[in-house]
Amino acid sequence: MPEGTLCNKQPIDTDEQLKALLGDKGGKVYYEEMKLLEVDQEKLQDTIRKTMKSRIKTWLKICAHCGMCADSCFLYRINDCDPKQVPAYKVQSTLGEMVRKKGRVDNAFMHMAMETAWAKCTCCNRCAMYCPHGIDMGVMVGYMRGLLYQQGFVPWEMKIGAGMHRVYRAQMDVTPEEFVDTFQWMVEEYEEEYAGLTVPVDKEGADIMYTVNAREVKHYPEDLAEAAILFTIAGEDWTIPSSGWELTSLAMFAGDWEACRMQVESVYDAMERLKPKRMIGTECGHAHRATVIEGPYWAGRPDGKPPVESIHYVEWVAEALRTGKLKIDPEKRIKKPVTLQDSCNYIRNHGLKEITREIMSYMVEPGYFFDMAPNKEHNYCCGGGGGFNGIGLYRPQRNKALITKRDQILGTGADLVIAPCHNCWDAIRDLEEEYEIGISWSFLKPLLIDMVIVPEHMKPEE
Amino acid sequence: MYAFLTGPMFYLSLAVFFIGLAVRVILYIRGLDWKLDRVAYRAHPKAGLKGALRSIGYWLVPFGTRSWRVQPFMTVIFFVFHIGAVIVPLFLLAHNMILKEKFGFSFFTLNPTLADVLTWGVLISAILLVLRRIALPEVRILTTGYDYFILAISVAPFVTGLICRYHVGDYSAWLLVHIAAGELLLILAPFTKLSHIVLYFMSRGQLGMDFGIKRGGMNGKPISW
Repeated sequence: MPEGTLCNKQPIDTDEQLKALLGDKGGKVYYEEMKLLEVDQEKLQDTIRKTMKSRIKTWLKICAHCGMCADSCFLYRINDCDPKQVPAYKVQSTLGEMVRKKGRVDNAFMHMAMETAWAKCTCCNRCAMYCPHGIDMGVMVGYMRGLLYQQGFVPWEMKIGAGMHRVYRAQMDVTPEEFVDTFQWMVEEYEEEYAGLTVPVDKEGADIMYTVNAREVKHYPEDLAEAAILFTIAGEDWTIPSSGWELTSLAMFAGDWEACRMQVESVYDAMERLKPKRMIGTECGHAHRATVIEGPYWAGRPDGKPPVESIHYVEWVAEALRTGKLKIDPEKRIKKPVTLQDSCNYIRNHGLKEITREIMSYMVEPGYFFDMAPNKEHNYCCGGGGGFNGIGLYRPQRNKALITKRDQILGTGADLVIAPCHNCWDAIRDLEEEYEIGISWSFLKPLLIDMVIVPEHMKPEE
Repeated sequence: MYAFLTGPMFYLSLAVFFIGLAVRVILYIRGLDWKLDRVAYRAHPKAGLKGALRSIGYWLVPFGTRSWRVQPFMTVIFFVFHIGAVIVPLFLLAHNMILKEKFGFSFFTLNPTLADVLTWGVLISAILLVLRRIALPEVRILTTGYDYFILAISVAPFVTGLICRYHVGDYSAWLLVHIAAGELLLILAPFTKLSHIVLYFMSRGQLGMDFGIKRGGMNGKPISW
């Protein structure tokens, strides 16, 4: 059974393998090898038989082919209502065919399925809200990604991402030492401005264990300092774990369920070790989905919950503003048109729609907040979710997908888009780069830093 | 022939229908897997039940969900079709006379004019459903011969019922065809897409539990379908 040296059915388990794959710029060799990759039809059928139970089986069988899901899909709408972008078609022509053919599909089919799974669906789950039968096509595409990953038909960046989690328990090659050092260094950078600023590492029994996205460590370290500043201003008893600090999961985008389990268990181990009262994750949507919503199931936790109560950053912000732990200087409230990006992963898929609007009511001067249409659980994906942002092969499709969000933002007339989600934030940055509509975009943290009242004891000595 | 269709076949088709659909429900529930579905069904029964009932309930109401509201044409033909298809067979006067005779009980019965309206509604909406399948590219691409087959066997009892109702042609012959069409529908239901008669409730209930337990139902305001 021919397998490539880079593109094969084996997961990445060592740093050497990771480096070899990273060395293949843009995945040139990887994708060439994929053209020759054979499908292990028996394994495919066997996996389907073992893992496809009544829920997905029924979904595939009772789909009434009514097409009501079509308009719910932003990729269908933005691609000139191409019938091949109808969610039900995307699922029936890929996963449905695999099942009907009992796994007897070929290389060309798997290429088509791969493009469908990663370039025609961001697993935003919006279609699930429009199907009368309650068929969640995003869940089915997610399931199919697992089958494709197992067969080696997975975009280059996703294979690397999953490998990173396997090797580093982080989506990037950041070691525990690098994480702690970067956090401490960033805090030192700001300790003159904010007296008493520290970052407690591995403190047991703290009220809050804070977890982040490795990208913050690697590319946006100010975000770490901002988190420290806000926790300190709020007088929180918080800590970071030296290991198990990574909230994200590119393995989830890749469909590498084993890596998902490994990753999330590292965070749960930190919870068990440090016994915090709560875990708070950074402003990231998929990371919250991975660690808080789906993670308990990968780790086999029957109550479907992480070991300690785990909340999204927006939940903490709303609580801190509500209870007065953080106080906003009314003079500094935002006085320009603002809109808010609803992240699919914690709005549609975790019910936090009111929380984020509560935050807006504190941060934005009345009359300056403009909601997108549609919004809340009916909002459209930013255009870059589910791994779409990160896949070079599908960049043209992704850029087209951004138009939906561009037009939604333009419809609000806002100058500033608040996006408390890394994926959304990236997509909005990219859409501004691509289409230049003259907006700015931000996480909550930097905006809050600019408007919260700093207590006297934290003010620098003159 | 009449004796056969209203005797053994009548009981057989009802038995296949009820037992078959019950088996579909049991198999569905037994096939749920909290780990693979990633929904802690057992751990949160209250949230699960609430989610399931909301998910089923809102979708049973015309224009009760955003999806129904944004596609009003489909919503109207969908509900006219389904309401007629469920109510007429159960509450038609003639059917209830048979019920009384065979089983000794009957339901309330429909006003004959209303029964006519509902039956014509089924027919007209079925035609519109077919036209919609042909006219809209996003529906055409999904449509297979099987979809038309399901629609045909669903509508056949209503077409033949109307023929009997208006005494077109040979009444007793058409009555036999009508009974046969009805029994065919009952017999095929558990084995075809018509199993959605019960699996709709299962599938909708499952997704409702998913959202009710895992995806935010226990976390503030419930989802607005």
